[in-house]
Amino acid sequence: MTGAEVLLKALEDEGVELIFGYPGGVLLALYDALLDSKIRHIGVRHEQGAVHAADAYARAGNRVGVCLGTSGPGATNLVTGIANAYMDSVPIVVLTGQVSTGLLGSDSFQEADITGITMPITKHSYLVRDPRELPRIVKEAFYIAASGRPGPVLIDLPKDVLAARDVVAAPAVPKLKSYKVFGKGNAGQIEETAKAIAQSQRPVLYAGGGVINSGAQTALKELVEATSLPVVTTLMGIGSLPAGHPNLLGMVGMHGTVTANYAVDDCDLLIAVGVRFDDRVTSGLGHKFATKAKIVHIDVDPAEIGKVVRTHIPLVGDAKLVLEDLMSLVQKQDKPEWWNQLRQWQKDYPLRYDTDRLTPQMVIEKIGKIAGEDAILCTDVGQHQMWAAQFYPVARPRHFITSGGLGTMGFGLPASVGAQIAQPDKTVFLVTGDGSLQMTIQELATIIQHKLPIKIALMNNGVLGMVRQWQKMFYDERFSQIQLHANPDFIKVAEAYGLKGIRVTDVSQVEGALTEARDYRGPVLVEFMISPDEDVLPMVPPGKEITEMLGR
Amino acid sequence: MLHTLAVLVENHPGVLTRVAGLFARRAYNIESLSVCQTEDPGISRMTIVVDGDDQVIEQVSKQLHKLVVVHKVTDLTGEAIVDRELALIRVKVNNETRLEVLQTVDVFRGRVVDMGRTNITVELTGDGEKIDAFVRTVRPYGLMELVRTGKIAITRSDN
Ligand SMILES: Cc1ncc(C[n+]2csc(CCOP(=O)(O)OP(=O)(O)O)c2C)c(N)n1
Repeated sequence: MTGAEVLLKALEDEGVELIFGYPGGVLLALYDALLDSKIRHIGVRHEQGAVHAADAYARAGNRVGVCLGTSGPGATNLVTGIANAYMDSVPIVVLTGQVSTGLLGSDSFQEADITGITMPITKHSYLVRDPRELPRIVKEAFYIAASGRPGPVLIDLPKDVLAARDVVAAPAVPKLKSYKVFGKGNAGQIEETAKAIAQSQRPVLYAGGGVINSGAQTALKELVEATSLPVVTTLMGIGSLPAGHPNLLGMVGMHGTVTANYAVDDCDLLIAVGVRFDDRVTSGLGHKFATKAKIVHIDVDPAEIGKVVRTHIPLVGDAKLVLEDLMSLVQKQDKPEWWNQLRQWQKDYPLRYDTDRLTPQMVIEKIGKIAGEDAILCTDVGQHQMWAAQFYPVARPRHFITSGGLGTMGFGLPASVGAQIAQPDKTVFLVTGDGSLQMTIQELATIIQHKLPIKIALMNNGVLGMVRQWQKMFYDERFSQIQLHANPDFIKVAEAYGLKGIRVTDVSQVEGALTEARDYRGPVLVEFMISPDEDVLPMVPPGKEITEMLGR
Repeated sequence: MLHTLAVLVENHPGVLTRVAGLFARRAYNIESLSVCQTEDPGISRMTIVVDGDDQVIEQVSKQLHKLVVVHKVTDLTGEAIVDRELALIRVKVNNETRLEVLQTVDVFRGRVVDMGRTNITVELTGDGEKIDAFVRTVRPYGLMELVRTGKIAITRSDN
């Protein structure tokens, strides 16, 4: 077998069905071997597209995503996507081509030290020097990527390693003596948490991406229903409790609901599950966050505990296992006074928007109704993303796919590709902006080539809306470089690639256009012509405490 | 406050970069670092002296633990330990000062490892303070070159 064949066999053994990739010189042996492999290759138009697609494939499909790029520029084009997956704890295995081992370190053609470049944004990485080690390395890579706190693992593959002939592979026996994964939480700490819940008058459960990663949604739902715990979520935690669930107060933080932010500020017990007290939640003011509360922090990553806020009950472990154990120790409770207060806030400070014109909030809410509970929503980054977080009724985990930690414009379109391929029978909608879409717009060709019936809702405001909002609010409306003057005619662009294009300029057309898009058998781009002057509200201004929201 | 961490890591290329890179990107300051193979040839031991309060040190050790190549992190600060540093020091001498310098070396239990017409080179082992003190003492004669290994440390046996 060649090195490339050994690699593909090892990937098959890990259950890999497909790879998102882009070929190049050092990968010739691998691309040749792919012709005879069961593994499907999804060709993209830019390596960034491959890594974001693998990322969303992992999120939507609850499995490890794999992407592939050639050495040098191919590898560096993957960097943004690797950082994105790292920040959002997504399990992907990134394969990069590399120059031959004999040329390593000599600045040879298309050489980039990709393991060096990506060291701070990978969970682990390998530079393979001996093709016989490929089975072990692949096995370790998949295990590391998916276990504990998931994350990207990179395998750099020199050309001669792939091209090597008559490789007698060593058995795939992992050598991971030093790698530790946490499972069940400490029983004493769990008991203490149960006691704290019983004693608390005003508890809040703060749920993040860790809940979704560990598949803890059912455990979470049972626990909060039994103990009447109100739930706030992070952006990554959206979907951990279904939209409309009575215990759900919405998103917390910079663009969170007033009720969620007030609740966190006022609570006497904060149970943080799979969150990292990001500064988009705490405003970077860890010491002023939930100051009246006893804080329980449940996380698989011990380094997150105590990183930002002082924790009273640290609980290292898998969210699902910990919540299940906790469930067995709690008693049914109501907390009526606290709920009266919360319901009052919800009444006084609902999320709202104007209904007299075509607004993005209304469009997004409508997409939710028309797409249905089973649809997957992908977003890009900007105002439209925040409106989606606020107004799209996400019913299930892994059905809201967004770039949280890195906030990568251009994530959306390739993410929709990955999500649709992971879940071919589901409707996939993408909510994007005219800035974000143009960062990876070439992937429209990928959609056509692989016949993906993705529904793109483009919120065209002619500006970089989120930046404009900050300039409007905090820089005296001195607008700088936010106009997208040379925007193309997006309908023509869509049609040129082979998508159906629908332009919506008035409220009255929204429902019809979205229904048509949903029912159309192929990919559609629906362009909504919205005002550049819409704001994402409420908003905690930078550096302010989470109770100091504008637009309450 | 200075903390001394003993970090057991896998002994292969790239491991030092991972550890040093982690310190750099999380803005922790390495005061000194020494590394060498241990009794197990597959494992290296790094002795890292790092400045920070307890919370910083806790983060440092947790982040180190997350590296797949790291086996064990022990904070030796406050433990009963023996710590040593080795220094090689070249001092300027002339006919008048040579004897004084040699006496100083003697007092500090150093060893002269090289001797020229205008300078001598001294080998000195001890804890950091002892080496600092020696350096202070010989500086007036003319300190030409100073090489220190950084601290290595081992816990005292409990019997
Ligand atoms: C790659 C990248 N570059 C720059 C930014 C900074 N940024 C955040 S939101 C935003 C504007 C997004 O504009 P658009 O996609 O049109 O969405 P809108 O805010 O108008 O809804 C910018 C430039 C970013 N998040 N990502």
